[in-house]
Amino acid sequence: MSTETVEKAIEKKPAEALLSKRRKRLISDPLVDDNPITIQVLGICSALAVTTQMKPTLVMAISVIFVMVMSNLVISLMRNTIPSRVRIIVQLAVVASLVTLVNEVLKAFAFDMYKELSVFVGLIITNCIVMGRLEAFALGNKPYDSVLDGFGSALGYSWIILTVAFFRELWGSGSVFGVPVFDYVSSIFGPDFKLATNGLMVSPVGAFVILGLIIWVQRTKTGYVEH
Amino acid sequence: MQQSNAYIITFSVILTVVLGLLLSGTSQVLGPLQKEAEALDKKKQILGAVISAEEIGSMKAEEINAFYNSHIATVVVDIEGNEVTEQGGTPVTAESVDIGKNYKKPVEERLFPVFIFHEEGNAEAVQSYIFPVYGAGLWDAIWGFVALDTDMNTIGGVTFAHAGETPGLGARITESGVQQRFVGKEIFNEQGELVAVSMQKGEGKDYTGEPHKVDGMSGATITANGVNDMLSNYLGHYKAFIDSKKSSTTLAVVN
Repeated sequence: MSTETVEKAIEKKPAEALLSKRRKRLISDPLVDDNPITIQVLGICSALAVTTQMKPTLVMAISVIFVMVMSNLVISLMRNTIPSRVRIIVQLAVVASLVTLVNEVLKAFAFDMYKELSVFVGLIITNCIVMGRLEAFALGNKPYDSVLDGFGSALGYSWIILTVAFFRELWGSGSVFGVPVFDYVSSIFGPDFKLATNGLMVSPVGAFVILGLIIWVQRTKTGYVEH
Repeated sequence: MQQSNAYIITFSVILTVVLGLLLSGTSQVLGPLQKEAEALDKKKQILGAVISAEEIGSMKAEEINAFYNSHIATVVVDIEGNEVTEQGGTPVTAESVDIGKNYKKPVEERLFPVFIFHEEGNAEAVQSYIFPVYGAGLWDAIWGFVALDTDMNTIGGVTFAHAGETPGLGARITESGVQQRFVGKEIFNEQGELVAVSMQKGEGKDYTGEPHKVDGMSGATITANGVNDMLSNYLGHYKAFIDSKKSSTTLAVVN
């Protein structure tokens, strides 16, 4: 008996490295080549709405990262038990619960942020990036890979909205993270010199302009063409 | 097997229960903290009508509570301006009055809290009276606090907040730039009638010489109308109290 099992034992493949090449690609692909915002053009709504200033944008980015990583993990763990006929509503329930958690935590510990962001945090539920990754990846892959995939996509989303917010706050309000950069710069050149801010940047239109420019620069560099 | 209706229903029930427990658990644990944060936020809004946003922003939570306690006295009045200290056997405090809930009652039954801003520790030396206001914006409720100087006519400052106005348009009522436009405006006309102040349509005009007009918000006329209605309604509700203070400005103070 025992000899038989030894003979039949399948040679176990060495465990894949914690950050193998394939897994690194899960994180790095959505950053540029397959960016959810600039390539897939998902999640535009919140990218326009929250990006007038860096601080709320950062909170939003962290919230999205949390929700995406956790929902990918949970859905991936449950992937073999979820009945396929109700899978969308199951995903929604999980995402909505996580988003509500984030909202409750913000309300308790960062009330000012909660007031400013609660509408948009709620909208993470319908953020196409979250549902898209659950449907396309987490339902068919193992938990760890799914976590990496969610983290990558959320990072891809985060760096874009943070970049947009950086330029919008700088040009629209003359500050970065609330630090009045324009005032400092102006004071160097003497009392008569004043850098003007652009009101367009504060309105959602400004986000479209910045986002368009980012996509332009990115596609020029990567040579990406829409099919 | 996995596709059977029984399986799907069982799965859904378990999922619902688990998620429900998780959420209600969090809400239970975080509830007290959230209440505290809300109370602090209300104090910030009240103080926002009389001191600048930067000043409030630089204060820590304990400092705001201390400042509030040493500078704010309160009184609750009814529509006729009479002080109300208890209702149905329970004592009434200004902080405990929920303006939003009162808004749904008929005017005669509502309670109207007044927050009296005075010099530190000295409730006799009143600097301004702060009145809560409440109304409807475009999408949802809007509310705020209006501070009147002791002449009971000049607006010393306002704060506004909203539940769901459009960001960048109606939501701009929370910006200090917009709120500054109300400072120095007057609510009574020369004949002594209460006319309140109203935001005009369009934006960018200069209303310096006109004590009852305020520059509007472009693209947010309905929210601005909501603000106008809210101000004229609530200043009207407080008129009895305002009149009583006006006639006795030298006597001052209700504790």
